[in-house]
Amino acid sequence: MRFYQNLTISQKQIAWAWTFLALPVLFYVVIRFYPTANAFVLSFQEWNLLGARSFTGFDNYVRLYNDPVFWKVFRNTFLYLILGTPVSLVLSFIIAYHLDKVRFMHGTIRALYFIPFMTSAVAMAWVWRWFYQPVPIGVFNNFLATLGFGQIEFLSSTTNALPSVLAPAIWAGLGFQVIIFMAGLRAIPQSYYEAARIDGVSSWTVLSEITIPLLKPTVVFLVVFSSIGFLRIFDQVYNMTTNNPGGPLNSTKPLVLLIYDTAFNGFNMGYAAAQTVVLFTILLIVSLIQLRLLRDR
Amino acid sequence: MSVQDISVKPSTDALFSGSSRTSRRNMGQFIRWALLFGGGILMIMPIVFMLSTSLKFPFEVYNLNLIPEEPTIENYTYVLEDGRFYHWFWNSLIIAILTTVSAVFFDALVGYALCKFKFPGRYIVFIAILSTLMIPTEMLVIPWYLMSKSFGWLDSYWGIMFPGMMTAFGTFLMKQFFETVPDDFLEAARIDGLNEFQIWWQVAMPLVRPALAALAIFVFLGNWTAFIWPLIVTNSADMYTLPVGLSSFGDEVDVAWELIMTGAAISTLPTLVVFLVFQRFIIRGVVMAGLKG
Repeated sequence: MRFYQNLTISQKQIAWAWTFLALPVLFYVVIRFYPTANAFVLSFQEWNLLGARSFTGFDNYVRLYNDPVFWKVFRNTFLYLILGTPVSLVLSFIIAYHLDKVRFMHGTIRALYFIPFMTSAVAMAWVWRWFYQPVPIGVFNNFLATLGFGQIEFLSSTTNALPSVLAPAIWAGLGFQVIIFMAGLRAIPQSYYEAARIDGVSSWTVLSEITIPLLKPTVVFLVVFSSIGFLRIFDQVYNMTTNNPGGPLNSTKPLVLLIYDTAFNGFNMGYAAAQTVVLFTILLIVSLIQLRLLRDR
Repeated sequence: MSVQDISVKPSTDALFSGSSRTSRRNMGQFIRWALLFGGGILMIMPIVFMLSTSLKFPFEVYNLNLIPEEPTIENYTYVLEDGRFYHWFWNSLIIAILTTVSAVFFDALVGYALCKFKFPGRYIVFIAILSTLMIPTEMLVIPWYLMSKSFGWLDSYWGIMFPGMMTAFGTFLMKQFFETVPDDFLEAARIDGLNEFQIWWQVAMPLVRPALAALAIFVFLGNWTAFIWPLIVTNSADMYTLPVGLSSFGDEVDVAWELIMTGAAISTLPTLVVFLVFQRFIIRGVVMAGLKG
C-alpha cells in the first residue's frame, strides 16, 4: 500500500489499467490468438487425432484444390451468399421503406417482422423441414394440393434443396435488417425531403436520388453483415437435410459443414484446418471490401 | 439523430401528402398498411404452426387448422416426462446465464479500461481485441476441441462456455458507450476517495445500464441458440443444450412431428416471451448495437 501511494497519478493509472486487463488479455491470447495460430499450423500438417502430427507442407491445400467435393461446396457456399444477400436486402428495404410511412399499429407490425429473429435456428429448421415434407405431411405441399397445383420436391431435389434450406435463414434475419434500415431512414435529415418537396420532384426521384444514396453506410453494413452470415450457414443445413447432412448428393453442403464433417466425422484435422483457412480468407476479403467501401463514402 | 428517436415517427408521408390528401391517397395508404400487415402475419406463421401442432394429437397433425379441435398438452407432458428436454432446458439456461454474466462483466471492464485509462499499449490491446472479430468461430472450433480434449473439458459446462466468456463485439460496444460518460464524474469520485475499481462499478456502470442490458440480451440470445460448438464439445445426451438435444431428438423420433414441434416450442418460447415483454427495449438495443458495433 505504501508503495502504491508513492506512485504518480499516471503510474497508478497504468497499474490499474493492467489490473483490469490482465485476465482478459490472457483470455484473448489463450482462447483466440493461440487457436488461430494453431489452425494455421495444423493446416500444414496431417493428423488423425491418434497418430503423430507430421508436417506435409502444402499437401492439404493441393488436395483441396483437386477435390471435386470442395469445389462443389465452394459453389454452394457462394450460392447461399449470392441468393441470400440480395433477396434479403431487397425484401427488407421494401418492408422498411413502407413500414416507415405507416403509423397505425406501427409497433405491432414491426414486432411481427422481428419475432423470427428471436428464435433458435435449429428449432425453426425443424419447423421448416416439416413444412417442406411431401403430402399428406408437409404444409406447403398440402396447400399446393388444396389449390390444385402439382407437388414440389423441396428437400429431396438437388436443385430445389439449396433455396429451400436458405429460405428460413433469410426469413429469420429479415426483421433485423428491417430494423436497421428503418433506423437508417430516420437518420436522413428531414431538410433534404423538404427541399425536394419545394422543388416538386416525384417520390420516385426522392427515393433514388436522396434516400438510397444517403443509406449507403447502412446498406454496406447490412451487405457485409448478411454476407458473412450466409457464408457461415450451418445450423439450417445440418438440421434440414435428411440422412446425410448436406444432401442430397452434397447439393446443399456449405463450407462450414464440410469443415465439420472432415474434422469430426473423418478426423482429418489437418485437412479440416486447411478448409477453415479458406473460410477465414473469404471472410477477411469480405470485411476488407467493407472497410474500403466505407472509407470511400 | 439519436437512436432513442426510433419510437417517435417523423414520417416523410406527412410532407408529401400536404393538402392534397385525396381519397385515392388514403386508399393507397390503406393498401400499403394491409400488405405490410399481411406480410407480418405470414412472417409469424411458422411459429404459429409450430405452437398449434405442439398442442395437437397425432391424428390431427396433418389437418392444417390452426386451432386444434381437441387441444392437448399431452405432447408437453410426454416430452418433459421423458426427462431429456427438462435436462437440456436447464443446461441451456445455466450456460446462457453464466456466459452472459461473464461476458457483460468482462466486456464492460475491458471497454472501460480501454476508454478511460491512459497507458502505454492501450492502442495495441484495443486493435488486438478488435482484430479477433475477423476470426470466424468455425476456424477456432478445431483448436478449441483439441484444447478441451487435452484439458479434459469435453462434455462439461465449462467446455461449452469457455469460448464465449468474453466477446470482442461487446468490448467494442461498451468502449463506445463509456465515451459518453464525462471524465468529471470519475474525477469527482476519485477525489471522494473511491478506488478505480469502485469508480468503474459504482459510478460508470450505472450510467451505461441501457448498453449493458442490450449487450446482455445479445449474448444471451447468441448462447441460447448456439449450435455448432455445443454440438462438437458434448458427447453424452446429459450435457446437450436445447438446440443440440432437439437436433438429435428430431432424428430419433423422425416423423412424430407433433413431438418435434413441442421440442421446438420449448426452445423458442423463452426468448419469445422475453421479446414480448421487453419489445421496445430490445428493438432499441438492436439498433444501438447495430449502428455502434
